[in-house]
Amino acid sequence: MTTAAQVQTGSLGLTSIYLPALAEITRTEQLTKMEKLFEIRLKNGQELGHQPGQFVEVSLFGIGEAPISVSSSPTKKGSFELAVRSVGNVTKALHQMNPGAPLGIRGPFGKGFPVEEIKGKDILFVAGGIGLVPLRSLINYVLDKRSDFGRVIVFFGAKTPAEQLFLDELAKWRTSKEMEYLETVDRSEGSWKGNVGVITTLFPKVTLDPKKTVAVIVGPPIMYRFAILEAQVKGIPDDQIIVSLERRMKCGVGKCGHCQINDIYVCQEGPVFNYARIKNLKEAI
Amino acid sequence: MTFRTIQKKDLPPFIDHLIQTMEVVGVREKVEGKYEFAPLESSSQLCLDYDVTLLSPKKYILPSRETLLRFKTGEKVSCEPVLESRPRAIVGIHPYDLKGIAQLDRIFADANQDEHYRRKRQETLLIGVDIKRASSYAFCKSMNSAVVQQGFDLFLTDIGPSYVVAIGTKKGEDLLGQYATSKPSAQGEIAKRAEIQEKIPYFFSLNSVTTPYSELPKLLADHGESKLYEELAEKCFSCGSCNLVCPTCYCFDVQDDMALNLSEGERVRLWDGCLLDGFARVASGENFREDRAERIRHRIFRKGKYIYEKYGEHGCVGCGRCASACLPDIANPVEIFNRLKEGK
Repeated sequence: MTTAAQVQTGSLGLTSIYLPALAEITRTEQLTKMEKLFEIRLKNGQELGHQPGQFVEVSLFGIGEAPISVSSSPTKKGSFELAVRSVGNVTKALHQMNPGAPLGIRGPFGKGFPVEEIKGKDILFVAGGIGLVPLRSLINYVLDKRSDFGRVIVFFGAKTPAEQLFLDELAKWRTSKEMEYLETVDRSEGSWKGNVGVITTLFPKVTLDPKKTVAVIVGPPIMYRFAILEAQVKGIPDDQIIVSLERRMKCGVGKCGHCQINDIYVCQEGPVFNYARIKNLKEAI
Repeated sequence: MTFRTIQKKDLPPFIDHLIQTMEVVGVREKVEGKYEFAPLESSSQLCLDYDVTLLSPKKYILPSRETLLRFKTGEKVSCEPVLESRPRAIVGIHPYDLKGIAQLDRIFADANQDEHYRRKRQETLLIGVDIKRASSYAFCKSMNSAVVQQGFDLFLTDIGPSYVVAIGTKKGEDLLGQYATSKPSAQGEIAKRAEIQEKIPYFFSLNSVTTPYSELPKLLADHGESKLYEELAEKCFSCGSCNLVCPTCYCFDVQDDMALNLSEGERVRLWDGCLLDGFARVASGENFREDRAERIRHRIFRKGKYIYEKYGEHGCVGCGRCASACLPDIANPVEIFNRLKEGK
């Protein structure tokens, strides 16, 4: 299974799947010490046209490309948002850039969250650290189309209170009547009065109807094994567990080979997977 | 398929005519007993009696370094694709390398067509030749790649005083008509060609995979947890040589290269290899195939399972280049497949 990428054409009429569309940063916001939010607009005035869970290749000319999940919901029009941790060559350079700065965007790529399939279901979101970045695109999508879904439960775990991101949204979620929001930190700091413990400690705090619940789990590689196990303990069947997997995605179009899990190109068939599809693949989780 | 016969004395003039109209790449002896695909200045440099070349002709369609984009930075940012290609004939390609190219065609023309590859490929004329002698590592019989009847523009079989030329495409036929003296092959000549080709697979009888072609995926699946991969990993240097010499390996890296003026640059793709340590490492430092045994296993599964399940043909074409390039001598697919079968 492959997805067709948007192909850009240069000013000389030549097309290439590797040619980014020119874009500019319209707003930035420091989220934590390490993470910064970038609001981006395509120069051709078009919408990105993404599904929640898809990613783009961010292009800084002279530095390179990096695959970044789109963090905004497609219901947000005119621009889209990327929340980026400063960790590699491209992302470190991106963090130095200000509104008005030019960059390139390829994509959206990959398969996003199955928004149609999960309609009418109760949704349990499990976000570990910056796993909240891709999940936020779906959480906000679900909240914008609230009546299409059953219960909305969000678990968010961060290492420390200082590493929580999207603080304004978290504040709204804490008091929202439309969702149940539970959070924890691995290590308490400062004035934190909430839960302390890894994200799996939140599971016993809720009662679910496993038949009608879909668990959407995104976090660091180490988190999956434990969070999936907890979802299973709750009785959620494997084919109602959805994950989004991080891999090295150099080309985004199913060619360069870096993102493969066995025979699967994550940039094409993923990054979002139904757990039942990948649970027996040796390298997946 | 139609056949035309060209007398041996008429082949050099044909090649020389081609050299005048386009770049002609052919098999040349680089040093004694070592062959390479390289541009020909004259037909006299062409060698059609060789065992295997150091690298496959893949390097002319998917170059080891290829510019994809050129960009300008600074006040006014711009970026344009670079699609470089020129008419080129590659002469003397063995069947296994033709199969390798056919496989790349599928991969790069699949969904998300790669225009950079397609343009080069479109302007490349493939002239194949039958194998006259086997390299000691080749196992073409096992990989169904000792003889081919497609995947070329023209294909030469030496039948003694002349070559029988199989016509694969209209482009090949036109070129032959334009630049060569040839005549339609007689029935006897075509029969002679078939007789010669029938024997070619047996050049490789001494180096055979003990599992039938279509059963390799099952063999690998059944022995996915074999300790063999760990044993090989103890000797592996993770140098990626097996990847770099492979005619079907196509994984690549992409890097930006700035000019010294720091206001313009290019984005290039470079061959990459799944045996290299950092192949699956992401910026956070997480390496999704950190274990060397896992990387060896991945390569073997790509060559004997994954590609077959996707395209109906194995990613390995049996050329044996990986086996001869591997310094610690652990890359040979024949040995790996056969040891898995024996369960040791």
